[in-house]
This record gives sequence, C-alpha cells and structure tokens, in this order.
Amino acid sequence: MSTLATQKDVSTTPPISLTSRRGRWHRTRDGAFRGAVTGSVLVGLAVLVALIAQSLVEGWPKLNWNLITSFPSSFPEKAGIQSAIFGTFWMVGIVLVVAIPIGVGAAIYMEQFADTEAWFNRFIDVIIQNLAAVPSIVYGILGLAFLARGFLNLGPVVLTAGLTLSFLVLPVVIIASREALRAVPSSILDGALALGATRWQGVSRQVLPAAIPGIATGSILAVSRAIGEAAPLLLLGALQFITFNPTGLNSSFTALPIQIFNWVSRPNVGFHVAAAAAIIVLLCITLLMNAVAIWLRNRFQQTW
Amino acid sequence: MTERPISENRGAVVIDEPERKREGVSDAGVAPQAEADAVLQESAKLAEVTRERRRQVKEGAGAETVFELKDVSVTYGGSYAVQGVSMSIRKNEITALIGPSGCGKTTVLRCLNRTNDLIQGAKVHGQVLYHDIDLYGPKVEPVEVRRRIGMVFQKPNPFPKSIYDNVAFGPRVGGFKGNMDELVERSLRRAALWDEVKRDLKASAMALSGGQQQRLCIARCIAVEPDVILMDEPCSALDPVSTLRIEELMDELVSEYTIIIVTHNMQQAARVSDRTGFFTVAEGQDEKDHRIGILVEYDLTPTVFTNPSDPRTEAYVTGRFG
Repeated sequence: MSTLATQKDVSTTPPISLTSRRGRWHRTRDGAFRGAVTGSVLVGLAVLVALIAQSLVEGWPKLNWNLITSFPSSFPEKAGIQSAIFGTFWMVGIVLVVAIPIGVGAAIYMEQFADTEAWFNRFIDVIIQNLAAVPSIVYGILGLAFLARGFLNLGPVVLTAGLTLSFLVLPVVIIASREALRAVPSSILDGALALGATRWQGVSRQVLPAAIPGIATGSILAVSRAIGEAAPLLLLGALQFITFNPTGLNSSFTALPIQIFNWVSRPNVGFHVAAAAAIIVLLCITLLMNAVAIWLRNRFQQTW
Repeated sequence: MTERPISENRGAVVIDEPERKREGVSDAGVAPQAEADAVLQESAKLAEVTRERRRQVKEGAGAETVFELKDVSVTYGGSYAVQGVSMSIRKNEITALIGPSGCGKTTVLRCLNRTNDLIQGAKVHGQVLYHDIDLYGPKVEPVEVRRRIGMVFQKPNPFPKSIYDNVAFGPRVGGFKGNMDELVERSLRRAALWDEVKRDLKASAMALSGGQQQRLCIARCIAVEPDVILMDEPCSALDPVSTLRIEELMDELVSEYTIIIVTHNMQQAARVSDRTGFFTVAEGQDEKDHRIGILVEYDLTPTVFTNPSDPRTEAYVTGRFG
C-alpha cells in the first residue's frame, strides 16, 4: 500500500470517503420496509392465533371425546359431531377417487402430449385457470342443477356432495399437477426416449414418479381447502340434523362446516360452545392435512 | 483445457474415493503435482492408444459403413438450420463433429436417432441411411431406432432413482427377460463405474458426482446393447479429470460400438476421434437471410487438424475464429 501511495500524486487524488449523507435515509427506508413486511406476517399470524384462542376458550368445556363420538341432539350437552366427521371423510374419499385421477390425467395431457400451440389447448388452459377462481357457491349451483336435480337427479346425498367438491378442486389439482410435472426437467423424458422407451413409458415410469411429491402436496392442499367448504353443500341441501353415519354413496349426510353453521345460528348458547369445539376439530383436521403436505414436500423435494 | 479448473478437480477426486485409491494417490494431503503428473501420464497413454487405432483405421479403408448421410438438411418451422450434409460414418470408429455454436452439429447428431422428431416443427430432408435402411422411411419406428442408436446428453441426466434402476430402465422397457443383476453389473463395468458404486447400487443416482453421473448415463445407454452411441458434448459439464475418464471410456467402447461425438472442444476431437467433420455457419441463400450450418470438411482427424483442405477449417483449428 505504501508504494502505491508514494507513486500517486496525493494532491490530485480525491480522498476516499466511505460515508454518505444519504446513508441515514437509506437506513431509515430499509428499516421501514422491514417493519412493513414483518407487520404483514404478524397480521396473518395474529388472525390465526385469535381464531384458535377464541374457539379454544369458548369451546373448551365441550372439547372432549363425547363430542366426537356423539351424534347431533336437541340438547347441547349431548350433541356431538360423529356423523359430521364421517360425512366429511366420505366426501374427502370421493374427492380423492374422482378429482385426483382426472386432474392428474388432464395435467399429463396438457404438459406432455398436447400441442401447446394449438388454439384448442390454449383455450382449455385459459378455461382451467378461470375455473380455479370461480366462487364455490357457483359449483354448488352446478351440483344442484346437474347432479342433485336435473338429468342425474341423485338427490342431496353424499355422492352429490363429493362430486360437487371434486369439480371444485379439479382445476386446482390440474394446475398443481401441471406445475409439478413442469418442474421435472425435459432432459429426463429425453433420456428415457433415447433409451428406446415410448413416450408413454417415459412419462409414466420416469416423469410422473418424479412429479408425484409435488402432485401429492398440491392435491392435499386442494382437498383440505374443500373440507372447509360450506356454501356449495348448503346449496345442495345437506341436512343439518343427521343422527347416523353415511351408509353408502346414496346416503343422506352432514359435514363439519354444515354442522358448525347450524349450531352457530341457533339461539341456545350451549350450541355456540359446541360449534366452537367443532371448529377446533375442523381446524385440527385441515392443519393435519397441511402438515402432511409440507412433510411430503420437504421429504421428497428434488433439486435438479 | 485451461489450467484453472484443476482446483475443482481435487473436489471431484475426493468424491470419487475408490477411483483415487486405484490410481494410487495417497489419502493424506493430495499432492497437486503428483496428481497433475498422473493426469498427464494417463492423457499420454490415451493419445498413444488413439494413434494406434488411427493407424488401423487408415489401413482398413473398406470398413463397414453405419450411417450414410445424403444431402441432409434440417428445417425448423420452414427455415433451414443445416443444409446439404453428406458424410458416411463407419463402424467401430469415433467420429467427431466440431464447429462454432449454431453450426448445426447437434442438429445433425439428433437426426441420427430421430430425436429431432420430438421438436415441434423440425423436418429432415435428404436421406439418412442406417445400414442401408432409410431412417426416415415410412415404416421405420422411431422407438426401434433409438433402441439401436443410444444417446448421451450434454448435461448428465440420470433419472432420480437408484443407480440400479437407472441402468435397468432401458432393458425393462425393451422387454429384457434375462438376468437383470448381471446385465446391470456388466454395463456398469463397461462404463468403468462398477468399482465406485458396487457397494450400494440402491443409492440415488442424484448423489453421484457429475463425472460419475455421466458414466452412469453411458452405462444406461450400453445396457440396451445399442449399435451406435451418439454423444452430444458429453464432457462440457465435467472437470478435466472426469473428461479424461470419459475419453478413456470412449476409447475402450469403440471396439464394440460406433461412436459419434459432438464437441466444442477441439483438443478433445483431436485426442479421441478417428474422423472429424468440421461444420461452420454460412450466410443463408434464402430471402430471409438465415444463417445456415454447413459441413465444410470431413476427413481423417490428423488430416483435418494438420493438413486441412479448406481455409475455413484451417482458420478454425488453428484458433483464428470460433
């Protein structure tokens, strides 16, 4: 350094300054931005905590095993949610069986086989994007018009509800599956084809397995969203007072959100306690499903 | 090859633990000089083997032709990518395709196993004869073509599965009925990877180093027992030591297979290949003035590098452009 200094003419070289008058302003702005984004996180967190705390406090007296094992009753102290839980699980089962195979199939077609330039496929693409944003009540109207009544005339049974929820989650499953398939590099399919595999062999044995964790995560999140839906079920005419579990696809049913909706709208305060307890159960089920989705994602995440 | 990546080599060698042991490099404190010497020695050995083979190539002038390209052009959506390529590629030789970027050498390579079919809008004109069969004939099944003509890609692309499953995939989809364990071992041995992976064939292929992954891709390719192996810049993502191993491997494999390699690396072409095709980019003749790849010169490798007949080849191989 000293040789460098002696070689240079010190008088003409401006002195190096590492301070800045604008530094303070930059620091303030950084701090403000940081505060704003931290605040955004806290607001979201606070809402969740408040919801859980409120429900816990209110529903605590009713939150016991009897709640889960009992059926609805005219007396709040005896009322339970067994039929609602079973109804919800039946619907989830139907959604898993109907929406996921169709959704994954559609995603495979769109990503691996469709000519993306063709107007037909671009049209389908836009339609699916839009369907994912359609309010759930509209799906309820669809289910009512075409499944419960109309041509199929299935009535307000668990199959109708399951199919309606399947339609509701189908676009989300398709979009999530497409993203998972797109995340698998094309070099994997190229490699399979170069080994003499047919396109179907390459997709089904290499691309699809590599995309399964992403598909599973997206599908679980979509289904856990569907569990909380009350609007389409109300429209379909889910009954609110059912003292038996569904016995088949053709069975009348109730579901957790319906049960909660029903209890909250009753004048008897005892039912409000039961509703709060049922909310806790519903939250636990959805949080559990989300936890599984997150675990799946972290466990099988592939970096390429 | 530049000197700079040598420091990265050490990382790669540490990962390839058994490889290092076999080469007799001591564990305690890798001596860079000894390592460099070992690499140089191996490189010299490789050059010797290549020279020997080239002598045979020159003498066996009537060797069997595997591919006969007759005035091959490829268009993407109507515009020419490469035009008027005619060359014949012979059995049990390493043919290198060199040239600057965008000269169509990869495009020509992809014609040879109908991988161009997978690109929307690509069309091959002219004739590609494989053992006198027109590869683009109406009854030819691309899947059958690719089973006989394997391909190794620029970036190692192992399937995200076990080492075993990577090698077994090709035979499985091809309906292989024999002893799979034996086939997997044989293929890995042929690809000089067996000793490094034999302890845990169930390990994920993604955990291997880049050089090991590329050798796994070669093993996977060999497992379907192809006739020809196409290599699209197989070493461009690898460090010099891994590159040398792949080159040695090519040298061993060429006694059984016909190898066609696209490379950006002229030294590599000079080191390993028997014949070299030099491609370059010409200004297009069509009204849209596209730049089109053409084959300038195709000859024995020593001729192309020391006594080229075209001034463009000379300019390229002497490093004046490209």
